[in-house]
Parts: sequence; C-alpha cells; structure tokens
Amino acid sequence: MAAEAGKIDPMHQFQISALGDGALDGTPFIFTNSALWMLIVLACAFLFMWGGMKRELIPGRWQAAAESFVEFVSGMTLSSIGSEGRKYTPWIFTIFIFIIFSNFMGMVPLAVFGPHPFTVTSQFTITGLMAIMSFSIVLIVGFWKHGLHFFSLFVPHGTPGVLLPLIVPIEMISFLVRPFSLALRLFVAMIAGHILLDVFGNFIVNGINSGTAMGYGVSLISFIFIVGVNALELLVCAIQAYVFALLSSLYINDAVHLH
Amino acid sequence: MDLMAAKVIGAGLAAIGVGVASAGVGYVFGSFLQGALRNPGAADGQQGRLFIGFAAAELLGLIAFAVAMIILYAV
Repeated sequence: MAAEAGKIDPMHQFQISALGDGALDGTPFIFTNSALWMLIVLACAFLFMWGGMKRELIPGRWQAAAESFVEFVSGMTLSSIGSEGRKYTPWIFTIFIFIIFSNFMGMVPLAVFGPHPFTVTSQFTITGLMAIMSFSIVLIVGFWKHGLHFFSLFVPHGTPGVLLPLIVPIEMISFLVRPFSLALRLFVAMIAGHILLDVFGNFIVNGINSGTAMGYGVSLISFIFIVGVNALELLVCAIQAYVFALLSSLYINDAVHLH
Repeated sequence: MDLMAAKVIGAGLAAIGVGVASAGVGYVFGSFLQGALRNPGAADGQQGRLFIGFAAAELLGLIAFAVAMIILYAV
C-alpha cells in the first residue's frame, strides 16, 4: 500500500483478501484473512481459558485472571437481569470474550515483522451477526416466557391513553433499531480507531521520507500523538466489548421481566 | 461545484457531528464525576448506567462518522 509517497489509503487495512480456497463436499469455499484471524482469536481465547481452568484451591496468576473475567461477566448479568441472569451468562461471556480478544488482536503490532493483523470486529457482517443473535435471544425468550403479552414492552407503565398512538411507534422503533445500533457501535468504533492510527502512522513515514526539518518535526509530533492514541484505543477496545455485553444483558432483561 | 468538491464539503459537515458527540461524552463523564465526588459510596453501583449513557452519546458521533465515510466512499 501507499505505492507513491504521500498517498494515504486508510481503508486498505479492512479489505478482505483470499488466502486459499477449497471445497467441502463439492461446495467451494474461500479461506480469507478474516477467517484466519477469527481462528487466531479462537485459539487465543481457548488458550487463555484452558490455562485458567486448572481449578486449583489457591489460584495462580493465570487462574486469577480467567476467574476475574468470569466473575466480571457473571456479576454484570446478575446485576442487570437478576437471579435469572445465570442462565444467560454463557452467551454474554461468549460474545464478551470474543469481542475483547478480536479487538486486542487487531491492535497487536505485528506489522513491524510483516503480516498485518486484521480486526475481525471491523466488519459489519461479524458484529451484525452477533447483534442479531443477541436480538434473537431477546425475541425467543420474550415470546417463550410471556407469549403475546411480550408486546406490552411497547407500552410503558402509566402512559396516558391519549399518548398511546405516539408512544407505541416510538417504543417500537427504538426496540427494532437495537440490533442495528449494537452492531454499528462496535464496528464503527473499531474502523474509526484504526483509520486514525493508519493516517498518523503514514504521517510518520512520509515525514521521515521527506528528509526536511519540518518533515522530521511532523514525524516526531505524530509519533508522540500516536502513542497516546494507542493507549486510548486499548481503552476503547475494552469499553466496546463491555458495552456490547452490557447492552445485550440489558435487552435480555427487558425480555425476561418486561417493564 | 463539481461532485467531488460537494462530497468533501459534505463529509466535513458530517464531521461536526463527531465533535458535538464528544461534548456529549464529556458531559456524561463530567456529570458522573460530579455525582461521584459528592457521594463516593454510591458511585460504584452506578457504573453500568454511566456506560449506558456513554454508549448512547457515543453512538450518535459514530453514526456521524459513518455518514461521513458513506458520503466520501460509497456515494
């Protein structure tokens, strides 16, 4: 990328490219870099949890780290859904750990050695699928537990009858837009952060290549800036995973308890 | 005005929304800190609500960013 000097192409890093193809029972498939990085994320998450599930009486550092993850998520579901939240902890934990690992794997500075890390969660298909699955759980649980009474979700308690034609469509739209906003938040936050890092990384390289004093100055300022942005991005990675899991559990709470 | 100039101006106007959302995020955290400093004992219990407010404010800025990107690359 950036074949001629000064040309910055920040969207290139999100391109999905084919690494190989094959056929399974005659159905052709293409193995992409997104699939490869999903497998890497899966391997990392598996390794982390497998190393932490030794079940020793006195936990070591690794076990304490894994346990704090589990306790964090189960505390979140218990506080937002209540005592019935234990049933939904596995799903919330799954999306939380997948999102946080793929966010962090996208930040690994592997490009120094050659291969570019690919942020799995920067694709709307991935985040949209996770949001749709959360939303399906909400719908299935809601209709399973309450039947058609689930539609009372659109009528808040104590609404005056005059306002009903106004409130119900608003509540309905705000309900239907949930999976979209859930997916959009995660993927746009990842894309925005990586574009910022890419643009300022290119400023550093182009400034040094220019060979002038002003170029060096721009490089130095960009470098200091990018260190701060990296720290901010690590924070955003964790916060986005937390927000996705928190909002999912809140939406499930709506389905379990209505309101 | 040709199409490219109009696109760039539109994307720049959409970027205003990102700045306004940053004010919203700052207001969320600032108000939380104000409340938390007055009653530190109750602060930890409200962290979930803090992040819900943060997420709601941030989403609008991210939508503005998405609109800018759509104007620049997809239209």
